[in-house]
Amino acid sequence: MSNKPAVSIKDMLKQDLILSSGHRMCAGCGAPTVIKLMGMALRGPTIVCNSTGCLEVATTIYPYTAWKIPWIHVAFENSAAVASGALEAINAMREKGHYKHEHVDVIAIGGDGGSFDIGFGAISGALERGHDFVYMCYDNGAYQNTGIQRSGATFTGQETTTSWAGKVIPGKLERKKPLAEIVAAHKIPYVATVEPSNFRDFIMKFRKALDAEGPGFIHAFSPCPRGWRSATEETISISRLAVETGLHPLYEVINGEEWIMSGPSKRVAEAGLKPVEEYFKTQGQFKHLFRPEWEGFRKKIQEQVNHDWEVLKKRCGVE
Amino acid sequence: MSVPKNKITVEGLTGDAAIAYALKQADLDVLAAYPITPQTIIVEDYQHFAANGEVKAHVIPVESEHSAMSACVGASAVGGRVATASASAGLALMWEILYCAASMRMPIVFTVANRALSAPINIHNDHSDGMGMRDSGFIQLYCQSSQEAYDTTIMAFKIAENHDVLLPVMVGIDGFILSHNVERVEMLPDDVVSKFLGVRKPFIALDPDKPITMGPLALTDYYFEFKEQQDKAIMGAPKVYKEVEKEFADLTGRKYGLFETHKTNDADIIIIAMSTMGGTAKVVADAMREKGDKVGVIRLKMFRPFPAKEIAKVLGKAKAVAVFEKAMSFGAATHPLALEVRTALYDAEERPMVVDFVVGLGGRDVTPMTFVEGIEKTKKYIAKGKAPMYETLGVRK
Amino acid sequence: MSEKYNEIPIAGNIIEPGNSEKYKTGGWRAERPILSDEKCLWLKNGTCGRCWIFCPDMAVILTEKDGKHAFAFNYDYCKGCGICANECPTDAIHLEKE
Repeated sequence: MSNKPAVSIKDMLKQDLILSSGHRMCAGCGAPTVIKLMGMALRGPTIVCNSTGCLEVATTIYPYTAWKIPWIHVAFENSAAVASGALEAINAMREKGHYKHEHVDVIAIGGDGGSFDIGFGAISGALERGHDFVYMCYDNGAYQNTGIQRSGATFTGQETTTSWAGKVIPGKLERKKPLAEIVAAHKIPYVATVEPSNFRDFIMKFRKALDAEGPGFIHAFSPCPRGWRSATEETISISRLAVETGLHPLYEVINGEEWIMSGPSKRVAEAGLKPVEEYFKTQGQFKHLFRPEWEGFRKKIQEQVNHDWEVLKKRCGVE
Repeated sequence: MSVPKNKITVEGLTGDAAIAYALKQADLDVLAAYPITPQTIIVEDYQHFAANGEVKAHVIPVESEHSAMSACVGASAVGGRVATASASAGLALMWEILYCAASMRMPIVFTVANRALSAPINIHNDHSDGMGMRDSGFIQLYCQSSQEAYDTTIMAFKIAENHDVLLPVMVGIDGFILSHNVERVEMLPDDVVSKFLGVRKPFIALDPDKPITMGPLALTDYYFEFKEQQDKAIMGAPKVYKEVEKEFADLTGRKYGLFETHKTNDADIIIIAMSTMGGTAKVVADAMREKGDKVGVIRLKMFRPFPAKEIAKVLGKAKAVAVFEKAMSFGAATHPLALEVRTALYDAEERPMVVDFVVGLGGRDVTPMTFVEGIEKTKKYIAKGKAPMYETLGVRK
Repeated sequence: MSEKYNEIPIAGNIIEPGNSEKYKTGGWRAERPILSDEKCLWLKNGTCGRCWIFCPDMAVILTEKDGKHAFAFNYDYCKGCGICANECPTDAIHLEKE
């Protein structure tokens, strides 16, 4: 096991990549970078259990796989359960002297559909049982794989193919499910939100999730140029903007009790939030919000973001 | 070498308890299960073994049956010996992952206390759950006694984990009728079971030293080939079953075959039934023979793969086959067991009449008189030369 | 696509890790990234590497040998998303139409 995660370019270059070229994720997709950064945090032998979704489909189109570490996909809503089984079987076999590795980390990965919605029960169960694994949700804000349908992770005002912006409805009306907060309420040792632009923060947190004794949970923001109708080259800058506007604040929660605002968000707290419009204008899926009739709706979204931000700052003890 | 009598433990056990004991001796790595009546005793007993340090498995008390089967797939994928238990609605909730378990070639043993499906919700026995999963790719073995449940559960691991099979096996017992009924069970010594099963040697596993990808996307160009593999594997299972059973019989003197026959050689009417109905049917056949009716019985144990050729061979000489089955395939020409029997007979030179009686749904008692009624009807149909495709017996009409 | 059912591993298992490298995605590209060597911090002093970190296709190749740094794009896989150009702090990368 490597003692420290790779966060400098020199160390990163020495690390074996866990995902290879030739995968068929869309140009500019955030997810392969999310996986690359996860790979920088690994401690040693690792098994990945992947829910159905873009990442699963586009990295393992038979007869090709982009994965260089052991990887399994079973279904959409069950990667946390599959991970429970894999981990406990390894533990049992090791205790009986039937298993050669001293330690194997098990990571379950799901998209926002597989985590916020259909796989939520399986995640909650696995967290309650306390398996020593890490669950990572890569959140691209909708069911992108099936054609951009709304999910529990879709932002208010976001247009999807099941939350159209029409003459009377301005995209999704409901709030985004606060998944990381709900997960933290399970009182598990470690929960963190991350996104790729702050890559050091990402890698360090992922390693903390692995190091935690018991379940660790990572909520990774992951832009989707195809679904969001954003420029492919802006994936990382949009991700950064999600932090700067408070739409995806970065924080950690220890044992469900200790809330810590991460460096990048602390700097945002010092500088003040950028208006959500700056984020919205980078993506076609929010274009309708700039129509005059939705100005009030846009304002309400901003108020909600401001409110949530203040609550978070208070929880984290940030003035 | 047969195990000497003084090494055998004899106890009165329910079907569930017999299965729990077999699972204990199988030295599982993982048991993942969710409570559902009438399977609960299996997991309760097993958890009791765990609490007393009598098993080394990690028991995963999952939050749903869907996760139970999913955890089993994960555990099996890394090379563990794995089991779960369920019934009825729980089994139905697993449905998606049943197909994954079979297609991913995971040798999981799945013990089921067969129970009716909702609605209305009903906790009693029929075979709707087992029949609902009949196309999932699981091998299906239905048991008549607690002894058979014990024996079959042990053998199931050896069949499933055989590299020519690599398929999950369902072991079915009738809910309440067997799951909660105490019978005399002979149990092998632990070391004999350990030697019989050995430690699972995975054919291929998720291993950090040799990273593979399991469960990828396979489209029009490859999917069909994997289904061909799966079909070949399940159709080859009876051969392995027979080998395993022979080895087991050498230890215990007990064997069941793909199906049991009772006085079928000269029978005019052969009853075909599964699980505990088999016992009742045999008693009825004996009684009817005393009155001059030549009745025989096939008690089918292996429903999947369906032993069509062997069954056709036994049935061919009879005038009629009276199928008694505890499930409906709504809207089908007839019901699951009769569909198989009719298909098996289609190519036979001599084709007996097939009469299908759906009985016992939702735990409605299937008494000896139910069988007598069916046999009397069958006799009339033989005389007429014509029978309905199916009918229900024991329902108020 | 010539393999028969009994000539391939069971259950769809892919036994060769990372064999997607046999599948070239460079043909997806509409624009090609070009590096201006003189502006690149990696070439200059072995720092930065943001293009490598953020490339979703692992199509940036940074190497170091005997204290000398080299840079290349792997056009076999580069899908032309332009993230490298956008994230380059010194504007050392620009895109050109294919």
